Amino acid sequence: MKAFTRLNGLVCPLDRANVDTDAIIPKQFLKSIKRAGFGPYLFDEWRYTDHGEPGMDCTHRPTNADFVLNQSRYAGAQVLLARDNFGCGSSREHAPWAIEDYGFCVMIAPSFADIFFSNSYKNGILPIVASGDVVDRLFRECEATEGYRLDVNLEAQTVTSPSGFSFSFEITPHRKHCLLNGLDEIGLTLMHADEIRSFEAKHKAAQPWL
Amino acid sequence: MAGKNLYDKLWDTHVVRQEADGTCLLYIDRHLMHEVTSPQAFEGLRLAGRKAWRSDSIVAVPDHNTPTKDWDRDIDDPISKTQVDTLDANIKEFGALVYFPFKHRNQGIIHVIAPEIGATLPGMTVVCGDSHTATHGAFGALAHGIGTSEVEHVLATQTLVQKKSKAMLVRIEGELAAGATAKDIALAVIGKIGTAGGTGYCIEFAGSAIRALSMEGRMTVCNLAIEAGARAGIIGVDQTTINYLEGRTHAPKGALWDQAVAYWKTLQSDADAKFDAVIDMAAADIAPQVTWGTSPEQVLPVSGTVPNPADEIDPVKRLGIERALKYMDLVASTPITEIRIDKVFIGSCTNSRIEDLRAAAAVAKGKKVADSVKLALVVPGSGTVKRQAEEEGLDKVFLAAGFEWREPGCSMCLAMNADRLSPGERCASTSNRNFEGRQGPGGRTHLVSPAMAAAAAIAGHFVDIRQI
Repeated sequence: MKAFTRLNGLVCPLDRANVDTDAIIPKQFLKSIKRAGFGPYLFDEWRYTDHGEPGMDCTHRPTNADFVLNQSRYAGAQVLLARDNFGCGSSREHAPWAIEDYGFCVMIAPSFADIFFSNSYKNGILPIVASGDVVDRLFRECEATEGYRLDVNLEAQTVTSPSGFSFSFEITPHRKHCLLNGLDEIGLTLMHADEIRSFEAKHKAAQPWL
Repeated sequence: MAGKNLYDKLWDTHVVRQEADGTCLLYIDRHLMHEVTSPQAFEGLRLAGRKAWRSDSIVAVPDHNTPTKDWDRDIDDPISKTQVDTLDANIKEFGALVYFPFKHRNQGIIHVIAPEIGATLPGMTVVCGDSHTATHGAFGALAHGIGTSEVEHVLATQTLVQKKSKAMLVRIEGELAAGATAKDIALAVIGKIGTAGGTGYCIEFAGSAIRALSMEGRMTVCNLAIEAGARAGIIGVDQTTINYLEGRTHAPKGALWDQAVAYWKTLQSDADAKFDAVIDMAAADIAPQVTWGTSPEQVLPVSGTVPNPADEIDPVKRLGIERALKYMDLVASTPITEIRIDKVFIGSCTNSRIEDLRAAAAVAKGKKVADSVKLALVVPGSGTVKRQAEEEGLDKVFLAAGFEWREPGCSMCLAMNADRLSPGERCASTSNRNFEGRQGPGGRTHLVSPAMAAAAAIAGHFVDIRQI
């Protein structure tokens, strides 16, 4: 996994609640057996006006000009600003794969769905939970300011806007450590292989039918 | 000291180690798999030169991509076929306790099959790269969906890195009125707490209305816990659970069975257990439910009318209602029973078990699907469900009424195979998600119970099942 430490990135606002993972990456793209290459199909049904299929070259597809990702002022955005319950629905990790492949490294929302939230960390994306008031303010500032960027500092656990407005966010020490160092979680867990084996023996003795 | 709730008990018996910040390594007993979310995990394992820690924990089946008819033609879509073939090859390389390949007589939806063969047992931790893994909580197991990186983590280590969730009790007392089902309980709960209401929680469903449900009904309720935002839904073990499991292929036998049952009977919340949130609902108040929008929380009793955005004060919610009405092509204040449908889908891991098919067949018996309905599909959850339904003559009831009787699979719940809605088509569906495009790009989904779906197929529009 790639490490995440600090980012000063352009912000793209996606102003709708309950954005589900079917919207983030529609089902036809889940047929791939690879992890990469989902970025061009991120938000496919909102982003394009034709029907997308896996393997399609997206460079000449007709786009929906109203959709934020298609607006030139947000080209190259790395911070996705979203509303409540972002990433709800299916557990498909193709959703964070598409978000990461598109170029987003940070997401800020009042709440995220549980499975999507933990899937994001496994792919070097930092999901930041901020209060509804803070998110409202960021939406207002972002819409009012072309080229609006946020400075995200994982070590200090802070986000700072160009207006000088700043807030701090929570992250578990375990996740922070893994993200800062880009650590392979499986490798870390296997350092405790003996503990897993001894747990397994006890567990099997207590429930021998398992 | 307060007693433990069921979630505490299941959690505590699976913690391998705990970090100072509360992050735990949780041991996983059962690893369910399908073809969509596993290929990248096996590939990761292979690239790192790692083995599966315990392949006899794996139960796998292809279900999302498999066609539901013309099985003699195999899988037409080459990309779907590659994904199914990849699962075949991975299971061959890494091993499994049970694998039902495409066209096996017991093949079907992973969440229908695992309980059916006794591979889901009380007290287990159960995971799958699929959010509807919550289904298995019906057995007093801690079951939830995971992402593909976590699938790889479980394959390699038999554990997950987890922090404990909060516990919510949803207590439903009293008797359900005629016409209301497990599906209506679940949709009513989602309507009450919202699709994010359970985020960060494990929901325990309890109360006399839950205890009165069959295992099929309990699976429907737990299946939909994820649509309320909760990774896991659980129900305590009782005699109904034990009766269902006895004699199933992978359930313990003889002395081990007795030992297991004695333990399983402890898998309930203690009388003085504490919960972080408690929701009480009266079963008698739950009417048959119909979703009108593009989120499962946009749900109403069948007697209701489509909401008017002007009545909503919260601007984000108002915009959500306006967007949903536009996508669904509905006019505010339309009675639900005046909404006409084009297609009907009876199936999915939510409602494709024998009891669901019986309920739909009871409504369809001796009737005809309305001329205006282009397609009414019945897709059993597994080969075993299909055979049992055929033994009971349900297939003949459906076929005589003009429904199609298909081979098992996920089918039009998410339309990864050829079964899907065309743009603009409206469907009465027993599945679990009414998201934009879920059943096909531009398709419009209304979630209902099997009996309500069958009744809508006959009438051509939604009807109040209590009035027929």
